[in-house]
Amino acid sequence: MKIRKRGEPAKQELNMTSMIDVVFLLLIFFVMTFKIVEMEGDFSVKMPLASDKSGAVDDTELPLKLRLRADDNGRLASIAMNEVQLGTDFDALRNTVVGLVGGTQPGEGSEGGPEVEIDTDYNLRYEYVINAITAVSGYKVGDETVKLIEKIKFAKPRR
Amino acid sequence: MKVVSKKVEMVEGDMTPMIDMVFQLIAFFMVLINFSQSEANDRVVLPNSQLVKPPEAPLEFPIVLHIAQDGSVILGGTTYTAETLKLGLNQELNVIAAEKKKPQDANVIIRAHKDAAAGDVQEVIRVAQEQKLEKFALRVKEDRS
Repeated sequence: MKIRKRGEPAKQELNMTSMIDVVFLLLIFFVMTFKIVEMEGDFSVKMPLASDKSGAVDDTELPLKLRLRADDNGRLASIAMNEVQLGTDFDALRNTVVGLVGGTQPGEGSEGGPEVEIDTDYNLRYEYVINAITAVSGYKVGDETVKLIEKIKFAKPRR
Repeated sequence: MKVVSKKVEMVEGDMTPMIDMVFQLIAFFMVLINFSQSEANDRVVLPNSQLVKPPEAPLEFPIVLHIAQDGSVILGGTTYTAETLKLGLNQELNVIAAEKKKPQDANVIIRAHKDAAAGDVQEVIRVAQEQKLEKFALRVKEDRS
């Protein structure tokens, strides 16, 4: 009997084209929507509406007054802590706060501890207010944060 | 003369390494994509601070107020002024009241543009205070430099 040589078995190949199309579409989607995550944090401020009650106030409970003045362009013109002029140097502000509150550590939670009232010109850029809050809130020593003042409030806006 | 027909062989490149790479890229982007950034707003560039750290737990009953450079306030996709913000806050407070909570339990997250006027931020805080909101969080970008 004559044995016929069979040809090599045909290779079964999957058609990859459509899959690659979809995969590339996915890739483009993820590349276009990709955003580097910026870490954000909060300065917590507990600030109920001030009551109109006028009563005797203990001098020791009066907040430290931080006055921030702006020039016409909204840039910081001067810093004053309890009427003491500090120029525009936030490090000087921090040193002043360290001198004022000394080793007093802020109390647990929002109770106790010194308080600062920030009084800014209306047009001052918000960035400078955050810099001031950073300076009065504490400072970093290596990876450790030394806390200074945790209670922060704003004075009435100046028009 | 006998013509021998030659079969033309198709030259196919090996796609395997490329597909491997593409899948790895997709996996990379999928892991890093962060949908929680929906809290952000394109009109707001936050100021920096070295002291803040990302919160360990999300704030309860958050009301996120974006304050753009021109002083307009964005709440839930709607733009308000400091004068009309009361309407938007009332809607949020109704939702909080439906959950049997007080306005004092809500946390107002203020995401203000770094060049916004400080007075505009104060006005927004004042309007929120008038709605009996007490807890505020001034959101800033962590500065690791």
